[in-house]
Amino acid sequence: MATADTNTPRRLQVQRFRPDDNPKKHYLNEETGLWSWLTTVDHKKIGLMYLGSITLFFLVGGIMALLLRTELLSPAESFVAADTYNQIFTLHGAIMVFFFLVPSVPAALGNFILPLQLGCKDVAFPRLNLLSYYIYVIGAIFTLIAIFTGGVDTGWTFYTPYSSTAAGGNVMMMTFGVFILGFSSILTGLNFIVTIHRMRSPGLGWNRLPLFLWALYATSVIQVLATPVLAITLLLLTMERLLGIGIFDPNIGGDPVLFQHFFWFYSHPAVYIMIVPGFGIVSEIISTFSRKHIFGYWAIALSSLAIAFIGFLVWGHHMFVAGQSSLSNLVFSFLTFLVGIPTGIKIFNWLATLHKGSIDLKTPMLYILAFIFLFTIGGFTGIMVAALSVDIHLHDTYYVVAHFHYVMMGGMVMAFIGGLHYWWPKITGKLYSEVWGRIACTLLFIGFNLTFLPQFIMGSLGMPRRYFNYLEQFQTYHQLSTMGAYTMAIAFVIIAIYLVHSIFKGKNATANPWGSRALEWQVNTLPPLHNFHHTPVIINGPYDYHKPMAEFQLGIAETHNGHGSGEHMEDATSRSAPADS
Amino acid sequence: MNRLNDFLLPPAKSTTAAEVDALFNFINLVSIFLLLGITIAMIYFVIKYRRRSEDDVTPLIHHINWLEITWSVIPLLLVLIVFGWGYKGYTDLRTTPDDAYQVRVVANSWFWEFHYENGHVSIDELYVPAERPVELVMRSSDVIHSFYVPDFRVKHDVIPNRYTSVWFEVKEPGESVVFCTEYCGFAHSDMYATVYALEQNEFDDWLAAAGSDLDDLPPAERGQVLVDRYGCTTCHSTDGSTLQGPSFQDNFGQNRELTDGSTVVVDENFIRESILEPSAKIAAGYPDIMQSFAGSLSDEDIDGIIEYIKTLE
Repeated sequence: MATADTNTPRRLQVQRFRPDDNPKKHYLNEETGLWSWLTTVDHKKIGLMYLGSITLFFLVGGIMALLLRTELLSPAESFVAADTYNQIFTLHGAIMVFFFLVPSVPAALGNFILPLQLGCKDVAFPRLNLLSYYIYVIGAIFTLIAIFTGGVDTGWTFYTPYSSTAAGGNVMMMTFGVFILGFSSILTGLNFIVTIHRMRSPGLGWNRLPLFLWALYATSVIQVLATPVLAITLLLLTMERLLGIGIFDPNIGGDPVLFQHFFWFYSHPAVYIMIVPGFGIVSEIISTFSRKHIFGYWAIALSSLAIAFIGFLVWGHHMFVAGQSSLSNLVFSFLTFLVGIPTGIKIFNWLATLHKGSIDLKTPMLYILAFIFLFTIGGFTGIMVAALSVDIHLHDTYYVVAHFHYVMMGGMVMAFIGGLHYWWPKITGKLYSEVWGRIACTLLFIGFNLTFLPQFIMGSLGMPRRYFNYLEQFQTYHQLSTMGAYTMAIAFVIIAIYLVHSIFKGKNATANPWGSRALEWQVNTLPPLHNFHHTPVIINGPYDYHKPMAEFQLGIAETHNGHGSGEHMEDATSRSAPADS
Repeated sequence: MNRLNDFLLPPAKSTTAAEVDALFNFINLVSIFLLLGITIAMIYFVIKYRRRSEDDVTPLIHHINWLEITWSVIPLLLVLIVFGWGYKGYTDLRTTPDDAYQVRVVANSWFWEFHYENGHVSIDELYVPAERPVELVMRSSDVIHSFYVPDFRVKHDVIPNRYTSVWFEVKEPGESVVFCTEYCGFAHSDMYATVYALEQNEFDDWLAAAGSDLDDLPPAERGQVLVDRYGCTTCHSTDGSTLQGPSFQDNFGQNRELTDGSTVVVDENFIRESILEPSAKIAAGYPDIMQSFAGSLSDEDIDGIIEYIKTLE
């Protein structure tokens, strides 16, 4: 089985290397000092720098959400003024979308995990990877400057002509920040596509590619193809505002609805940039903690690609009441429903994976079950707003706000935090408190529903979104929602505390604490600087739980392809046994 | 079902609302049924197949074709039903009956103007005949707004460079609220109006007498009514607090610095010019965002507003 040639079995070429639980040398201590971090081309460290940055932005965006919810405890002005409120909801949206959700899974977790799952030393273009991080930082700096030099009050959608004529604050600086940020996203996508195509280790065919990588692949394709459109749109907006060239402003001959087409041509696919990587995490975790082969591998893999493809053709569903033709509405509504099918297929396949599994309700698994419940609600309410006549009523109300948050927060954020817990032992080498993990997850789940379920109700009752002031009849729902937001804040504080605590005081993790068959768990914890001392040989799929663990720890020691040093090789060979004959 | 409707939806006051609500309820029921199924199955599996030992062996099931097909085709059929139903309701909402009564709507930051056939203009109050189709032909004078009446289940964006329209038929006389649902800046959330649906004969009487109710008032009182009705107080406070524009209180007779550095005295002519040609002179420290009221306020109206501002000292 492990031999390539039937005539002359080359036993020693493929050997078993059990990973070390606590190696002396690993990616965190082989190079130290601030400079080694700032100039690193190691995908793991870049992933960690992204993780730190997006956590910071999640904190900022989250605090803004709390301010908004606090103001909405009562109608009229209570503790921030209308202008400030408008700026805060704009920044909450822009920061969460562009600086947290888009880079969260691909750039942070994906960067760390992708080469480990492929069995390679790094991504295809390590320097480009570092560059994309710095571009992200520069974009972030411009955005922060915009916040402190007047802010922005256009909503994260920057709709014209409001954004090009009436809006106060520093719209140009903000759009410039988002413009720069886009290049970071494009570079990451490009890097991942090339890496997945070119750097799979021996034996890792497309039919054994972990579903997380299929999801990242689909995401990367969208990033590369859609993000330039956003860049062009923001550039046109800048040209209009600075040079007075009429593109979107009707007073100088432009068309404001054109902006919406351009904007959503990026931003709808961007919604899939945000959620599809989450699907990948769900597939990994649900298989690991059910200790069972994933059900419908190809259905899940191809549905990611289907979603990415159809997702390009549905942008017009954001504009059902914006004055586009009835025929356009018909087509966009129809295509939108089609996206629902591959999404539903995923849910059913995950459910079938649980069937006859050996299910362990560890914290990551709890998050994934919460994901399935919340994301399903997000999906069904998406069907609701895709139905033309109903959307006329629900468009731009809190119903849409709730729908979006069920998908993005109930879906993506739950998957992200689930993934963070799942890979935490591999990233930090430590185990967090399982008890606190489950408590926080439960609290987050309750708080989330308390926040956003009332928003469905007030939305269908007619409460418009982006309202500083509101009619008194909606107050009860707003207050419930605010209580939910506070509950979530407490849950996030708990998570932050026990995760940080685990770094300093947590128990050391073994190389494979969950008993996973996936490749990233077959390396040391913490991983070596260049990931693998031995080029891994992939004979089994990442979900082959019906096979013994021993079959998953195979590598080529002699032709180690530049991985590791001779010293490591001897270490490993002394413990290894011939793999198979 | 009616109880549920009262809880989840505003009252259905237009003739087209019932069909929208029926689809809303259908999607909700099917979704809740499926969500319960998925959740119960999930919880059942988690309990029944919980890990009993670290050596648990699980079966290898790659996929089952008939299952994959079933859970692709059934949802497909369901969404096709929803799609067709939604499109049918939509065509009804977009097909204006021929005999519709037309009112012209102009959206401004942040008030609604309603122009009637006889030239009368009402601000933030839309009067329509009940039991008769009404078509609103709408445009915006500045940024994008959106006209939304939850009770009628109608909404459409109001755009600066083109006309858009909505139509509705109110089932019986009553009041409903109009919201602006496209974010338009500072007072977006205060940009509401009221629809008054009247019996046809009452509506005719109202239209014939429209505007004359102010003729008997003394100028300052007339001004006070107009300042309120036209939404001036959205930006100009009457208590000295600073909003988007200068407060009306302690305003008259004062010197005011302009953005070009010069100073003017706030007198009758300055106020008149500010109403008819707001961009001509901009008070320092305030944005140039006010719309002109030329054509919608008569000379007597402006006299009244000036007198009212004089009283606020």
